[in-house]
Amino acid sequence: MKVFLAFVKKEFYHIFRDKRTLLVLFGMPFAQLILFGYAITTEVSNASIAVYNQSPGQFSEQLIDKLVSSDFFTVSNRIASQSEILETFRQNKAKLVIIIPPDFENKFSRNEAEIQLIADGSDPNLATILGSSANRIIQSWMNELLKSKGANLSMNTIIPEVRWHYNPELKSVAMFVPGVVTIILMLVSAMLTSISITREKELGTIEILYVSPLKPVLIIIGKVVPFAMLSILNAIFILVMAYVIFNVPVNGSIALLLMESMLFILTALSLGVFISTVAASQQTALMLSLFALMLPTILLSGFIFPISNMPWPLQIISNIIPAKWFLIIIKTIMLKGLGIVYIWKETLILLGMTLGLIALSIRKFKIRLQ
Amino acid sequence: MSDKTVITAKDLSKRFGDFTAVNTISFDVRQGEIFGFLGANGAGKTTAIKMLCGLSKPTSGEASIAGFDIYKQTEEIKKHIGYMSQHFSLYQDLTIRENIRFYAGIYGLKARQIKERSIELISDLGLDDYTDRFVKELPLGWKQKLAFSIAVIHNPSIVFLDEPTSGVDPITRRQFWGLIYEAAAKGITIFVTTHYLEEAEYCDRVSIMVDGLMHDLDSPKALMEKYNKPTMNDVFLQIAIRNSRKEK
Repeated sequence: MKVFLAFVKKEFYHIFRDKRTLLVLFGMPFAQLILFGYAITTEVSNASIAVYNQSPGQFSEQLIDKLVSSDFFTVSNRIASQSEILETFRQNKAKLVIIIPPDFENKFSRNEAEIQLIADGSDPNLATILGSSANRIIQSWMNELLKSKGANLSMNTIIPEVRWHYNPELKSVAMFVPGVVTIILMLVSAMLTSISITREKELGTIEILYVSPLKPVLIIIGKVVPFAMLSILNAIFILVMAYVIFNVPVNGSIALLLMESMLFILTALSLGVFISTVAASQQTALMLSLFALMLPTILLSGFIFPISNMPWPLQIISNIIPAKWFLIIIKTIMLKGLGIVYIWKETLILLGMTLGLIALSIRKFKIRLQ
Repeated sequence: MSDKTVITAKDLSKRFGDFTAVNTISFDVRQGEIFGFLGANGAGKTTAIKMLCGLSKPTSGEASIAGFDIYKQTEEIKKHIGYMSQHFSLYQDLTIRENIRFYAGIYGLKARQIKERSIELISDLGLDDYTDRFVKELPLGWKQKLAFSIAVIHNPSIVFLDEPTSGVDPITRRQFWGLIYEAAAKGITIFVTTHYLEEAEYCDRVSIMVDGLMHDLDSPKALMEKYNKPTMNDVFLQIAIRNSRKEK
C-alpha cells in the first residue's frame, strides 16, 4: 500500500507540474460550459424578420404586434414588393419573411385567411425553429381572438397545445450540461491517461517500473487513480457551475448520478489504458484520443444530433459509443429526475463495456511483456 | 570478488519469428564481478538483458538470477536487481529528492531507510545544494551518476546497466566508472553493456556478441593476448568483422 501511495504521489506531481494537463483538466470544463451555455444556443430571441403586408388593416397589424411582443422576433424591415423578398435574404437582413396576402382582411372575417412564411433555408436548424415559433405564436393569437369573439373552437379546429415536459422553458443549456459533463469526463479520463502512460514509454521510465517489484496491474491502477479522482471532482465542478450560473438543477439523486459518473469514468479510463497499449508515443495517443474518441463522442452520442434521425448504419454504430449510454443515464437522472429502475439497462451496458475493455487492456499488456 | 555465482545462463535464446535476436548464449557471473557485455548495435545485448531482468520471456534455454529462476520467479528476481536503461530513466519534472524517494519507495524501503540512504547518496554525489532542483535542470553527466546511484539504492545483488554512458563526455564517463567500482567493492555484481570499447578494459571479464551469438568470453587481458592485439578495440573489430552476417 505504501508503495502504491508513493506511486500515486508521483503521478500528482506530474499532473500539477504540467501546464497543459492542468489547462485540459480545469480550463476546458469551464470554457466548454460557457461556450455551450452562452454562445451555442438553439433558443430564439429577437430574431430579425421582414414583413410584406399587402393587406394593411386592423387584423394584420395586430398579428404583427403579437409576433413582436413575444420577444422572439423583431421586425427588421417592411417589404413593399415581391422582388424584395429575395433581396432581404441575400443581404441577410432577415431569416424569416412573413407575407400577408392582399385579401387577408376580407377573408379573416370568414375564417379563411391564409398567410405565408418563408424562411432562409441556408441555416436549416434556425429556419425550422423560426418557422415553428412563428407558427405557434400565430396559432395562439388566433386562439385568443376567436375566444374573445365567443366562437366555439371545438367545432372545426383542433388547436394543439404543446408543452415540454422536463425542460418546460426549453433551455438549451439544460441539454448541454449533460453533454458537456459527458465529453469532459471522456476527454480528461481517456486522453490524459493515455498520454501519461505513453509519456513514460517515450522517456523509457516505464522499463524501470517494469523491472521494479511493482506489479504491472498496480502501475496501471496508480496511473488511473489520480485521473479518476480529478475527473469526479470535475464532474461535481461542472454540475455546481451549471446550477449557479445557468440554474440547471439535478432533479434526481445526486448520489446515483455520481455513482454512474464513476462508472463512466472507469469506462473512459480503461479506454485510455487501451489506447496507451496500442500507441507508442504521446503524439499517437493524443491523435487516437481525439479522432477515435472525441469526434464519435460528440457526433454520435446524441449530444448534438439526435440518434433517431441518423441513417441506420450510424444508428448501429452509435451503440458502441459509451457516451451514448451515459448521456441517456445522465439526462434521465438530471432532467427527468428518475431513478435506477429506468436506467439499469444502460448501466449494465456500460459496465459490460468497461469490463471488456479492462480485459482487453490486460491481455494487450501481457502480450507486450512476452 | 567471491566464488559465489549470481548469474547463470545456459543456451539462452530469443527468437522473434524468423529472426534470432539471441542465439544460445551461456555464461556464469560471480558475485561482485564487473561483467561487460560487448557488441555492436543490434547484436542482441538489450534483448539479452531484458530476458535476464524478467522483462522478456526467453524462447528457450535456462537462466537463474541471484538463485531465482527467470521463468518462474520473476517477482523475486525483481526485488534483487537494479536496472538502468540506455534511455534516460529519471523523472525530469521531479526534483532530485523526489526521484530518490520515489524509486526507494517503489522498492519498498522503509521511511527511515529512505531518509538515511538519500542523505548518504546526496552527499556521496556532492549534490547537497541541489536536492530541490528539478532533474531536467542538471547536466547529463550528473543525471547519469544520479540514475546509477538510484538504481542501487535498495542494495541489489546485481545491477544491470544497459549502455549507461552513451552520450556522456569522457571525464564524466571515467567518474561514472568510479561509482561502478565502488558498488562492485560493496559486493554488488555489475552487468554492463556498452559499445565504448575502452570501457571494456575496465571490466573484470567481457563477452563479445555478434549477431546474437556470444563469440568469446574472458578477461580483457586474456582476450588481447589470445588475438594478439594491443587494445580491446582491435580485438572487437577482428571478431565482429569475421563473424558478422553476410547480408549486412
